[in-house]
Amino acid sequence: MRRTLTSLGTVCGVAVFVFVMLRALPGNQIIAGFGTEAAALTPAQRTALEAYYGLDKPLIVQFFTWIGGVVTGNLGYSASANHSVLELTAHSLPVTLELALISIVIAFLIGVPLGMFSASKPDSIRDATGQVIGLAGLSIPSFLLATALLSWLSSSLGFNPNGAGYATLTENPELNLKQMLLPALVLGFGIAAPIMRTTRTAVLDVRSLDFVRTARAKGVPPRRLQFVHVLGNALLPIITMTGLQFGYLLGGAVVVEQIFSLPGIGRQVLIGIQHKEYAVVQSTVLVIAVLFVIVNLVTDLLYRMIDPRVRAE
Amino acid sequence: MTAIMTPTATADSTVLRRLLLIFRSRSGLIGTILVGLLLLFSLASAFGLLPYDPIAQNPAVRLRAPSGGHLFGTDQFGRDVFSRVMSGTASSMLIAVVAVGFATLVGTLSGVTAGFFRGPSDGAISGVANVLFAFPPLLLALSLASVFARNWFTIAIAIAVVYVPIFIRVTRGPVLALREMDYVRAATSIGQRPSAIMFRHVLPNIAPIIIVQVTLSLSWAVLTEASLSFLGLGAPPPTASLGSMVYEARALVTVAPWTMVAPGAIVVLLVVGLNLLGDGLRDVFDPRNRGNQ
Repeated sequence: MRRTLTSLGTVCGVAVFVFVMLRALPGNQIIAGFGTEAAALTPAQRTALEAYYGLDKPLIVQFFTWIGGVVTGNLGYSASANHSVLELTAHSLPVTLELALISIVIAFLIGVPLGMFSASKPDSIRDATGQVIGLAGLSIPSFLLATALLSWLSSSLGFNPNGAGYATLTENPELNLKQMLLPALVLGFGIAAPIMRTTRTAVLDVRSLDFVRTARAKGVPPRRLQFVHVLGNALLPIITMTGLQFGYLLGGAVVVEQIFSLPGIGRQVLIGIQHKEYAVVQSTVLVIAVLFVIVNLVTDLLYRMIDPRVRAE
Repeated sequence: MTAIMTPTATADSTVLRRLLLIFRSRSGLIGTILVGLLLLFSLASAFGLLPYDPIAQNPAVRLRAPSGGHLFGTDQFGRDVFSRVMSGTASSMLIAVVAVGFATLVGTLSGVTAGFFRGPSDGAISGVANVLFAFPPLLLALSLASVFARNWFTIAIAIAVVYVPIFIRVTRGPVLALREMDYVRAATSIGQRPSAIMFRHVLPNIAPIIIVQVTLSLSWAVLTEASLSFLGLGAPPPTASLGSMVYEARALVTVAPWTMVAPGAIVVLLVVGLNLLGDGLRDVFDPRNRGNQ
């Protein structure tokens, strides 16, 4: 309950921060929107435009007008896309969610076994192999991996499913999954690294506990010991890390979305920035941050549900 | 960093002695060498010791493969890739160091204040940290970078804002525990000023945590800077930046792969080096971890 209230407070803080960041800075959206032509505006035209967009009102009034709109589903309008931000988000959010979900599954499937493999014999060749793969995942920037992969595959194998327009999952499931494959692999590889490291540490920690020794002593088969006793208890930090990474993907996928031309929510922010449509950027960033807070809250609650020790506190 | 460690001579020397142990850990040693080499690279570039002008175009030698004259070849404008990579490394490092330096200063001071004084200041500082944590890091840096006039300093500040809450979080917890220690209570009871206690008794004890965090944050800052410049939100052209070099090379990769391989490899080496250095430092300072490694 208290955790939920803190999250609510954070969301309010996020709204204020986003507003201050994009609205209260010197210069305003009119000038930004007109670009170099802004200089040609007469003072009277400028005042009229400011009155039209409500920019002549005090900042606090502007803030509450904006928030009032957001709460009732009015996230603003994108002139370049000719759609409301709500419509844009309704199309872009599922793309990012699908991408994030596939990436997380890939990362989990690589990271957890690799972490267990590393932990199975610390300081061995096995461990070193796992650690080197983990380090590569942490250190190779996603833009590099994505660009290299895309240019190589499209030039040598002619494989470029993302070249044509984006196909949604319902329109053309096969093409959609093909389009998701490379970006999800790139993101999954990067996220597998922190999951791998967390798994390794957690498994090593749990394995040194007394109950594992007891279980081994009373003759629990090694495989069962490894998967049920050790992994079962090591799963908590792994789940926390996975939840955190899933949240990061909501905005962090922007680079990969851009490279593979996936019309996700990160790309929506980027396009807003390129067109200097700050209303779009502002509302979209707010949506992402609120989702991020919700994902973290859910991870936290999940953690409490699984772990009796935390629940007791 | 030295400023943080200097207050007490004894704490200072133990931290330094510990730091020397870095050379005994394999990852620490490799990390030190990699980062040291790239730092030399950057310094050479900062002092203008480059084989060619990184932004000078020379159409006569377009897209030349690596050779003795052009170590990493040339790009589509005939610019020397080696010189561009060197100057890009220097600007990456400068931005990362300024960003992390700013984040360390602001984050550590806020975190220590929050943990040490508790009460309303803690509420306010932790609240701000929670708000900043509510944004996916790259998105926050991206949005901030987009509102400023773009130059290396504003990009450094945009990246710094992302890392401030991390330093608040890693320092606040340990300080909360430290303030209950007997020697801190003793210092309070003999009437030392809170600021003196903070700087003499609390900060030196969390120096190891800060050093490790600084190193790891540097590696993320380098990645963030490269990603921003890849997306066209870095320092404006024709300034050489590792991220924008990879971006420009994407159409050339089949005819002139070196234009992508060189900047890409340097980013990876820099980040690998910083990560290894961070891991090595953690091994050195955290005895609990040392057992596992």
